[in-house]
Amino acid sequence: MNLRRDVFQAIADPTRRAILLLVASQSMTAGAIAANFDTARPTVSKHLQILTECELLKQEQNGREIFYHLNPKNMKEIADFIEPFRQMWDDRFNKLEAVMKKYKSKN
Amino acid sequence: MERKTKINAEDGKQELMITREFDLPLNLLFKAYVEPALVEQWMGTKVLKLDSRKHGSYQFETTDPKGIKHGFSGVIHELIRDKKIVRTFEMDGTPFGVQLESYKFEQLTSDTSKLTMHVIYESVTIRDQILQLPFAQGINMAHNRIQDIVNKQNNRS
Repeated sequence: MNLRRDVFQAIADPTRRAILLLVASQSMTAGAIAANFDTARPTVSKHLQILTECELLKQEQNGREIFYHLNPKNMKEIADFIEPFRQMWDDRFNKLEAVMKKYKSKN
Repeated sequence: MERKTKINAEDGKQELMITREFDLPLNLLFKAYVEPALVEQWMGTKVLKLDSRKHGSYQFETTDPKGIKHGFSGVIHELIRDKKIVRTFEMDGTPFGVQLESYKFEQLTSDTSKLTMHVIYESVTIRDQILQLPFAQGINMAHNRIQDIVNKQNNRS
């Protein structure tokens, strides 16, 4: 199962990122989500399907309508997406600090 | 955990900002960027050339665990002691193009200082690819961690 990789492929698309931002504030129907985009309704439906399949969105039946809302568990993984890059720089700067402290005490 | 290094990468932009506060006086922080022997130590790279002046240039080389050499190079456009460096940066043999880096060095107190790195890439796509590089390298590790968690849960139930 490549769930995790799919999550990051899912957010590589700007429209899908915009959908996630939109749904972050409140649960919405497919129609309400599509109304925010110039793209054709089927295109938005396809994006919603991908986001649902990789479990970034959850569907909830409310009467006759289906509402989409965020799956907070998987959104947490996305929040961590930039973390390896930050960690790499943090390690590098820690090294700089250590090297220069040693240099200072020698001189 | 204290997060000293901050990254600001806004969506859809071809730039990013990296900021870091150091427990070092300003002159030592600046020195770490201009003295070849010091750069070698903290960057873990071989400095083939580092001509720290306006219109100077640099060439670094690292050897990965497999013994393959990777070159990094660039040209220095501006260098003002304890204040600023503007330079290009390029990873030789990669499709990422040239990035423009502006380093701002600031004194906070007599013993602390701050570095602000502003990096501009050739495109939004390239910036996003570079942001994901460490993630791509770490993905196998992440997979293993997820596997561990799943295994533990399975054992419990």
